[in-house]
Amino acid sequence: MSENIGKITGVNGNLLKVEFEKPVIQNEVAYARVGSSDLKLKAEVIRVRGNSAELQVFEDTVGLKVGDSVEFTGSLLSVELGPGLLTQVFDGLQNPLPALAEQCGFFLQRGTYLDPLPRSTKWAYTPVAKVGDTVIAGDTLGTVPEGMFEHRIMTPFNLRGKWTVDSVKEAGEYTVDEIIATLKDDKGNTRECKIMQVWPVKMPIKCYAERLRPTESMASKMRTIDTFFPVAKGGTFCVPGPFGAGKTVLQQIMSRHAEVDIVIIAACGERAGEVVETLREFPELTDPRTGKSLMERTLIICNTSSMPVAAREASVYTGVTLAEYYRQMGLDVLLLADSTSRWAQALREMSGRLEEIPGEEAFPAYLESVIASFYERGGAVRLNDGTIGTVTIGGTVSPAGGNFEEPVTQATLKVVGAFHGLSRARSDARRYPAIDPLDSWSKYPSVVDAEKVAKARRVLRDGAEVGQMMKVVGEEGTSIDDFILYLKSEYIDATYLQQNAFNETDAANSVERQEYVFSKLLNLLETKMKFKDKGAARSFFQQLTQTCRDWNNSEFQSDEFNKIEEQMTKVLVEVSDYAE
Amino acid sequence: MQNKVYHRIEQIAGNVIVVKADDVMNGELAQVDSNHGVSLAQVIRLSGEEVYLQVFAGGRGVGTDSKVRFLGRTMQIPFSENLLGRVFTGSGEPRDKGPKITENMIEIGGPSVNPAKRIIPRNMVRTGIPMIDVFNTLVESQKLPIFSVAGEPYNELLAQIALQAEVDVIILGGMGLKHDDYLFFRDKLDESGALSRTVMFVHTASDPTVECLLVPDVSLAVAEKYALEDKRVLVLLTDMTNFADSMKEVAITMEQIPSNRGYPGDLYSQLAARYEKAVDFEGSGSITVLAVTTMPGDDVTHPVPDNTGYITEGQFYLKNGRIEPFGSLSRLKQQVNDRTREDHRTIMDTMIQLYASYKETLEKQSMGFRMSDWDRKLLKYGEQFEAQMMDITVNTPLEEALDNGWKILGDCFEPAETGIASKYTDKFWPSNA
Repeated sequence: MSENIGKITGVNGNLLKVEFEKPVIQNEVAYARVGSSDLKLKAEVIRVRGNSAELQVFEDTVGLKVGDSVEFTGSLLSVELGPGLLTQVFDGLQNPLPALAEQCGFFLQRGTYLDPLPRSTKWAYTPVAKVGDTVIAGDTLGTVPEGMFEHRIMTPFNLRGKWTVDSVKEAGEYTVDEIIATLKDDKGNTRECKIMQVWPVKMPIKCYAERLRPTESMASKMRTIDTFFPVAKGGTFCVPGPFGAGKTVLQQIMSRHAEVDIVIIAACGERAGEVVETLREFPELTDPRTGKSLMERTLIICNTSSMPVAAREASVYTGVTLAEYYRQMGLDVLLLADSTSRWAQALREMSGRLEEIPGEEAFPAYLESVIASFYERGGAVRLNDGTIGTVTIGGTVSPAGGNFEEPVTQATLKVVGAFHGLSRARSDARRYPAIDPLDSWSKYPSVVDAEKVAKARRVLRDGAEVGQMMKVVGEEGTSIDDFILYLKSEYIDATYLQQNAFNETDAANSVERQEYVFSKLLNLLETKMKFKDKGAARSFFQQLTQTCRDWNNSEFQSDEFNKIEEQMTKVLVEVSDYAE
Repeated sequence: MQNKVYHRIEQIAGNVIVVKADDVMNGELAQVDSNHGVSLAQVIRLSGEEVYLQVFAGGRGVGTDSKVRFLGRTMQIPFSENLLGRVFTGSGEPRDKGPKITENMIEIGGPSVNPAKRIIPRNMVRTGIPMIDVFNTLVESQKLPIFSVAGEPYNELLAQIALQAEVDVIILGGMGLKHDDYLFFRDKLDESGALSRTVMFVHTASDPTVECLLVPDVSLAVAEKYALEDKRVLVLLTDMTNFADSMKEVAITMEQIPSNRGYPGDLYSQLAARYEKAVDFEGSGSITVLAVTTMPGDDVTHPVPDNTGYITEGQFYLKNGRIEPFGSLSRLKQQVNDRTREDHRTIMDTMIQLYASYKETLEKQSMGFRMSDWDRKLLKYGEQFEAQMMDITVNTPLEEALDNGWKILGDCFEPAETGIASKYTDKFWPSNA
């Protein structure tokens, strides 16, 4: 293989124009050499015209000159897949940040690229496939333990057709780039399999028997989400909201409590400080499901706002590719992307430099299809061996000015299965989580009965209407029945929708508890009540709200829990109207 | 090969000129020599033989036969102890009568900090202003803008914080400052003796636009060096809206496609690259960034405040000469306000809730409803709160401000009415109330 070298003919921001002679591939990775130094900057081909290619550079381009050389590598932008990914912190191009810090100190030195998977670590490998077995792409060759998971070592995902296992290594300790099996096909071709493999980030991994409809709910332990706007395993959801409405906090809570095997956090163009909190706090927190450190099930892709823009675009793809990889092992994976708007902005910047004809708000015309194909990489699949794996994708959206009528929010809403819209009004009133109960929706089944949820939603909606009306006509002009309806809707909000993230018990509610508490709540909503005047009604609900908050803060089915419940039932009987 | 002089300028548009030259680096500096003076210029684009240069002093006066000499290096700024007490322009030229400094040149706009090397902020910056210290605590390494309408005393607030904050070095980056404001800062710092620990990079409204773009980078590059020398640095930037407007001007001249209200599509990334320089170095100093963002028409959804809000860790909202309790937010206050004094959070929450009730009562009053006893208490409370806590000229340590908070509460309410847990009222409720 001879080297394919091009020459720079133009530099505009992080866009290079390069003249080449030998064939190049769209989305091929290339390295631009700064002058005659050893400094090489990673870049990706994004457009080819005649014998001139346009490349986006993943680094600052200061110092490049016209005439500098560019080496084309012939391979697409890829990630390494193998054991050792979990607990890691990578940048958008899968550079391990802690290792980089050890080598370069405080700052990210441009042009330094390290191996994503450490080459020296040995893994205890147990073979599964035997010589003579017939295998296809994605079949298990063996396993290694990675933390609490049995990490499957699989045949290359780009294998075509049926192959026969020709030789296998016996159980033992191997590094990631050691060959553990060889395959051959009926034409006599052979193929060597290592523990790790590489895969291009922009192509979905498709080694499964069939895609399933996501129906099983993924408990997030947040009452608003699980009961009213649920997310299914393998589903997609988006969280748009203005700044300060609590998008990132919501994602942090989700990354802690969601009932999945693995959480991948793609911090894409957001504050570095927020990643640091996760980074420093997760190792200290225990996962209630396994009793191990939360970090053991977590992987962070971190391309914060001050890091190069082009790598920001790559980071969401890196995240989803790693998610698909763990899905191939039959695991449930949750990918949280914060924020997809920054990624869309990266597309916009590049599109502007390419002088493409802009669409709405200067976003490129292909924005919608790019967003759609990203969310389509989520899903539940039945693997070839019958096990089921899922990738659930949740993306935050940061709409300009908090206005949801903008291209990124609208393009996202078209393709996701659940919408958790955060409202400024709720966050200003300190009603957390600030998910708007009237605007949000979900197409996935709730953890409680759909009919019951509909009833509660009706009370919320009607109550809100009464509330609006009261602003005009005052309390005096509202009938007592309407007023009670209003108080009931406020009561749902205060005791069920709102959840205190700082209280250990209230922060995470199991599905069982939600079902139990919700049925009690519904019981209250359906009770006809009688009060002597509005003041009495208000003070009754104020007191009940206070009691119910204590109830929320007590351990499920503990003595205290039961005691408060009894007390609530008693006061409810006192105001019930049995006239009918 | 070096210092070859080019005589022929192909194109002059706005502040950008084009010459044909070879062997030129992206980002390289050049000196443009015209009949009307000498200016530095920076390469911003290469296209074949053509080199696009942004002239710091502007395109005005540049002739087609002006001389362009490439310097073979990128933009640099001197860094030494001698900077303290001095005033420079955006391109690093002295603005005061002092000598030019050329020792120890450093690059500007350096790489970003590795997130793995950051630590969770943990130190409070005491400013002596109750609305900040008590209600929205400023934390070392925080990046926080002051959102304000033109005409509000934001520069006075900035100067006051600078004087009262316990930091080692203050760096002031002025962008599009009125000359009066520049003199105000200088005199104010001089009066209090803080000038000797201050470096100022000032671009006034009458200076060339391009220099405005350099101010944040230069200020933050110097701040970073001080921070690495174990200094606690406070960077004040005023006004970032002018910086964004300069970017808009240059982008339009370069025929870039605008995204929102004429601003370039990379506004977010450009602002973030500057704000994210705020950092607490593990085992060394820190950079805290306080910036002013004026909101045209008091519109928080304007692209500049909107993008800023997504980047920064909260905001101070200055309105009618006061820091508004609603709309202001310090996202990092939780990191520190549990370690100041045990009643800090209680006072913070209770006083704001009561102030919100006061606002409701005011509304009721203006609509002509009858005032109850409780309403009258709230009205009394609101007035005291505004006069004693919200006034930004108040200068008291946090502990005194908390005590004062209890005094106001004791003056207006019974302990039970405040909803404060009895373990705090037993300990802190003023006895003579």
